[in-house]
Amino acid sequence: MISLIVNGKPQQLEVDPQTPLLWVLRDRLGLTGTKYGCGISACGACTVHVEGEAVRSCVTPLARLAGKRVTTIEGLSRDNDHPVQRAWIELDVPQCGFCQSGQIMAAVALLAKKPRPTDADIDATMSGILCRCGTYQRIRRAIHRAAELRRAGA
Amino acid sequence: MNDPAAPELIDEGRRAFLKVSVAAGGALLIGFYLPAVGRGGVAGVAATELAPNTWIRIGADDSVTLMVASSEMGQGVYTAIPMLLAEELECDWARVRIETAPAARAYFNPLIGMQLTGGSTAVRAYFTPLRQAGATARALLITAAAQTWGVKEESCKAENGVVVHQPSGRRARYGELVGKAATLPVPKAVFLKEPSEFKLLGKPTRRRDTPLKVNGAAVFGQDVRLPGMLTAAVARCPVFGGKLKSFDAAKAKAVEGVRHVLAIDSGVAVVAGDFWTAQRGREALAIQWDEGAHAKASSAQLRSRLEAALKRAGSTARSEGEAEKVLSAAARRIEADYEVPYLAHACMEPMNATAVVTKDSCEVWAPTQAQTGAQTTAARITGLAPEAIKVHTTFLGGGFGRRSEQDFVSEAVQLARLTGAPVKVIWTREDDIRHDFYRPATLNRLSAALGADGLPSAWVHRIAGPSIMARVVPQFAPAMMPAWLPESLKQAGASVAGFVVERRIDATSVEGATNLPYAIPNILVTYAMENGPVPVGFWRSVGNTQNIFITECFLDELAAAAGKDPFEYRRALLKNHPRHLGVLELAAGKAGWGRPLPKGRHRGIAVAESFGSFVAQVAEVSITDGRVRVHRVACAVDCGIVVNPDTVVAQMESGIVFGLTAALKGEITIKDGRVEQGNFFDYPLLRMDEMPEVETHIVKSGEPPGGVGEPGTPPIAPAVANAVFAATGKPVRRLPTRV
Repeated sequence: MISLIVNGKPQQLEVDPQTPLLWVLRDRLGLTGTKYGCGISACGACTVHVEGEAVRSCVTPLARLAGKRVTTIEGLSRDNDHPVQRAWIELDVPQCGFCQSGQIMAAVALLAKKPRPTDADIDATMSGILCRCGTYQRIRRAIHRAAELRRAGA
Repeated sequence: MNDPAAPELIDEGRRAFLKVSVAAGGALLIGFYLPAVGRGGVAGVAATELAPNTWIRIGADDSVTLMVASSEMGQGVYTAIPMLLAEELECDWARVRIETAPAARAYFNPLIGMQLTGGSTAVRAYFTPLRQAGATARALLITAAAQTWGVKEESCKAENGVVVHQPSGRRARYGELVGKAATLPVPKAVFLKEPSEFKLLGKPTRRRDTPLKVNGAAVFGQDVRLPGMLTAAVARCPVFGGKLKSFDAAKAKAVEGVRHVLAIDSGVAVVAGDFWTAQRGREALAIQWDEGAHAKASSAQLRSRLEAALKRAGSTARSEGEAEKVLSAAARRIEADYEVPYLAHACMEPMNATAVVTKDSCEVWAPTQAQTGAQTTAARITGLAPEAIKVHTTFLGGGFGRRSEQDFVSEAVQLARLTGAPVKVIWTREDDIRHDFYRPATLNRLSAALGADGLPSAWVHRIAGPSIMARVVPQFAPAMMPAWLPESLKQAGASVAGFVVERRIDATSVEGATNLPYAIPNILVTYAMENGPVPVGFWRSVGNTQNIFITECFLDELAAAAGKDPFEYRRALLKNHPRHLGVLELAAGKAGWGRPLPKGRHRGIAVAESFGSFVAQVAEVSITDGRVRVHRVACAVDCGIVVNPDTVVAQMESGIVFGLTAALKGEITIKDGRVEQGNFFDYPLLRMDEMPEVETHIVKSGEPPGGVGEPGTPPIAPAVANAVFAATGKPVRRLPTRV
């Protein structure tokens, strides 16, 4: 039995401790906003926060998460009012949308560390998250916009 | 992607057959049947043969619901399609809801002849019929109001979901009028707005799906969950054409939680309560494959087959003048061989599907571009009538042509049938990369003669490569088609099949080459079909993506040989093609063509028409330590009347990024009959730090709408390659670009 907190809610899981967090979230907890794209930490579609840090849930075994706080895309806000979500909506970033949970979670973690990220900061953090539709240009703009919204106390 | 039954042009004058009826609660329902156009077509089928399904419902609560038959795979159809209706209906845009259409004949894409999202056709297919439907509904609502008030229709106007009697200011909401409107006869003629009267079309409009895609709420195929659902991982023969010989399920079954180990036509499936368990079960399987005839196939061997094919005369795809004669007599002759590799689609969402099968029904949930295909596939496997198959289209995590295939649907239906439970099949990334329908690898020999003025007097393009249609064609043989398809559609399919088989010309292999726009008096394009073990399929912009790389790069070689500027060279050859010329000049102007660049920067230009749209791009590149970096792309697009300009811009960016991955990185290679790549470390995609600054400029146009999902892709590889040529003096004749 492993206990952790997911989106503020305590969970006690009777699961093989080697199971990656991704599949616990998706198949056990029904939190399907976190996506499977590669299984080897090569695409970033599965990015979630563990204690506020961006991690790739597809290669993070449940065993490592005992007592930890996990936040997924579903836990970011109640009604799309997180500054990153607002910026994403304002700039109509998503196309197919499949990678966007990972993009948004990575962007949120970046802004927490660097409230005024430069393009180089964005490249360094976001280059690990693939988008086949090519929304990179809008993601870059949306991160700068989210930084503004965040500073404005939104 | 292209489709065999796809016609040449949209027929603007063609009318949808409309039917109006009333639903419980007094809602106004509008159904219509869209006659398919195109070769052989189904225009002969009387509208009365077909029960029109409901497309539009206007409720007593003022809600407007539109069935959308196209799949949303990022290209913005869930926004663009309802915009077409709302423009003419004059309803409140915020009150328009959409539902995804089930698989049914009424929802066939009229440009394709089946329910399929591809060929950049969605807006082209529905631009006229949905506006007609909206205008008809608006006319009925106005008539209902005028009759209720005892006033002339001409004195009433519909606006934002309300009919107003202008002299008196009397108003009625649509919801108040639908009951009466539904009883009125359908007007014989309705007037559509002039583009100058558009209020919604042509205005940047927020995507309706964005709010669902920033909080995890959008349901993709991978996210489907049903009560009692099982999840499957399938082991497939790694060698193309190989078969299952035998397997030992004992170790897989020993994995706690594995419920079934089953042979299906693609391999061996391990079924469990969750994916992780199924995958571990699959890893524990012991399987003997019969690797078949292609066990030793390699990229080098397949390439040598293309070399041999290139020596054959091939079938003539276009011939004007006497190209070979002029070539052999020419004082100046330029020759070059070009080649492109196999490419995987690599949609971010790996293939998957979910199905449940009972004695007399089957439901499929799939991220599919091809509902008719999914329905037909499920009907064939279950033995049920197509009407008994319900297809639910989820959001698609990318499509790019890959999701027009049925392999993943077939697996889910087989497993649902065998287990009696709802089953979701999930492919791993490795499954997805290694079991794709790849963009064809081709080898090309280009020859041109230059006249005294430096302009080409003859152009010969010989293409050798595998044919997509040769694989797909059997599906269009009449015997393979379901009985319920209209006879005329079967004939249309058969005629396409016959055309490919008899003439050995696959339009998807030569598109982009046969429609070379340049004023060259003698042109010959040939195609030598050479089919191998690697399954080939429709890949965003299909033949255009490779042929336009080849033709646009070779044209730069000719310009260089003639000592001319590549932009001016194109201008001279495009005098009779104003739309090509328009985008070419716009892109060049915005890119500052001819103006000095910082040291180490170089520009390349390319222009192409595809899917009814015209796109030119100028790429600005630098090369450092053998690495090509694209800094900036100026893109000009003429896609006729624009529906949602923000989507056009997004799709140009998208097409460019997709094409840049192919230009700089993409290559699938074969060894021992299997694909060598498997995940993003060896099949890399363009990343954020490699993203150029892309600026898109849209040409104002009153021409009928062109596609936008694909046309952004073809020009980028040649624009980049031509910039590399400008930088190094060495033409790039093979992709991915290596310097």
